[in-house]
Amino acid sequence: METTINLQVLRYIPEKDPDPFYQEYEVPLREEWVILDALNYIKDQIDGTLSYRWSCRMGVCGSCGMMVNEKPILTCETFLEKYMPGPIRIAPLNYFGVIRDLVVETDGFMEKVKRVKPWIIRDKEKAPLEGEYLQTPEELSEYKQYSMCINCMLCYSACPVVGLEPQFIGPAAIALAQRYNYDNRDEGQNQRNDVLLTDDGIFECTLVGECSEVCPKKVDPAGAIQRYKVQGATEWWTSVLLPFGKK
Amino acid sequence: MQKKRSNDPFWWTLFGAGGTISAFFIPVHVLLFGIAMPLGWISVPDYETLLQLAQHPVTRLYIFALVSLSLFHWAHRFRYTLYDGLMLKHLEHYIFIFCYGSALAGTVITGVLIWTI
Repeated sequence: METTINLQVLRYIPEKDPDPFYQEYEVPLREEWVILDALNYIKDQIDGTLSYRWSCRMGVCGSCGMMVNEKPILTCETFLEKYMPGPIRIAPLNYFGVIRDLVVETDGFMEKVKRVKPWIIRDKEKAPLEGEYLQTPEELSEYKQYSMCINCMLCYSACPVVGLEPQFIGPAAIALAQRYNYDNRDEGQNQRNDVLLTDDGIFECTLVGECSEVCPKKVDPAGAIQRYKVQGATEWWTSVLLPFGKK
Repeated sequence: MQKKRSNDPFWWTLFGAGGTISAFFIPVHVLLFGIAMPLGWISVPDYETLLQLAQHPVTRLYIFALVSLSLFHWAHRFRYTLYDGLMLKHLEHYIFIFCYGSALAGTVITGVLIWTI
């Protein structure tokens, strides 16, 4: 007989029951199965009412992040066998509102990402005929790491400050801001500073470092925030000591 | 609407400076006065020599910076420990005044003591 493993999945079905509850499922324990395969097995074979997000199955789309045994992970790249002999407890990402079962509300996160203006800002755009913006490999390597973020929101679920201060703009958005700040084609840091050097910005971070621990793409948001703090402090002292200097 | 920029960079600078200076130099003091001298690895300087050393302007400045910045490092860290660790953010104004006020008081006391050595 096939070995199975026990999954305890947090269910939340607001129209039936206002309280979330854990539901248990026995799924086959197969060597090549990741947690997401087990969830798909439940959905296809046991209980079609289970709701969760997923898309690419290969750690690129960032939609299948969940709390598995209290840790935020991408379920598409974590094998069932790692949790032998079980049970495996699966819950929606921490600190997000839950819409249904494992599906979380992402509007707040998307709004924060948008607020840091994650696009190249130029004081004056070159006309197309003036040619492209050239960049050397060294200039690319300045920001490339921060561009690897897939918006999976695991870092928000890992960050205790996000839990305590919901207005904190958070790790991924700050790393993304740095992705553009360190891009030599960009001239928008001052506009991002207006968002990130306020009380909701980088100085809320207390360097717990969990964001970088859980990041599946090794973006190191904690490092990005620390580097931003140095820039922010320099900016502050400049504005105080040279009040008539640059704005 | 554009939000006001935070003044936390000021406190964070003192915090960072205090963390750096204490991480580099306090182990040296512990090694010298806490281990090497008591164990007799190096000879213990007499009181007069140490007093002369402490009265040198550079030493005064060094001790002042080491103590004061370490206190501000403590203040910032303790402030956030109380906010987040003990969940006392609702008392933030009192905590703010207590933490940085203590560091400031310690700085003044240090200044007076060093001045009058």
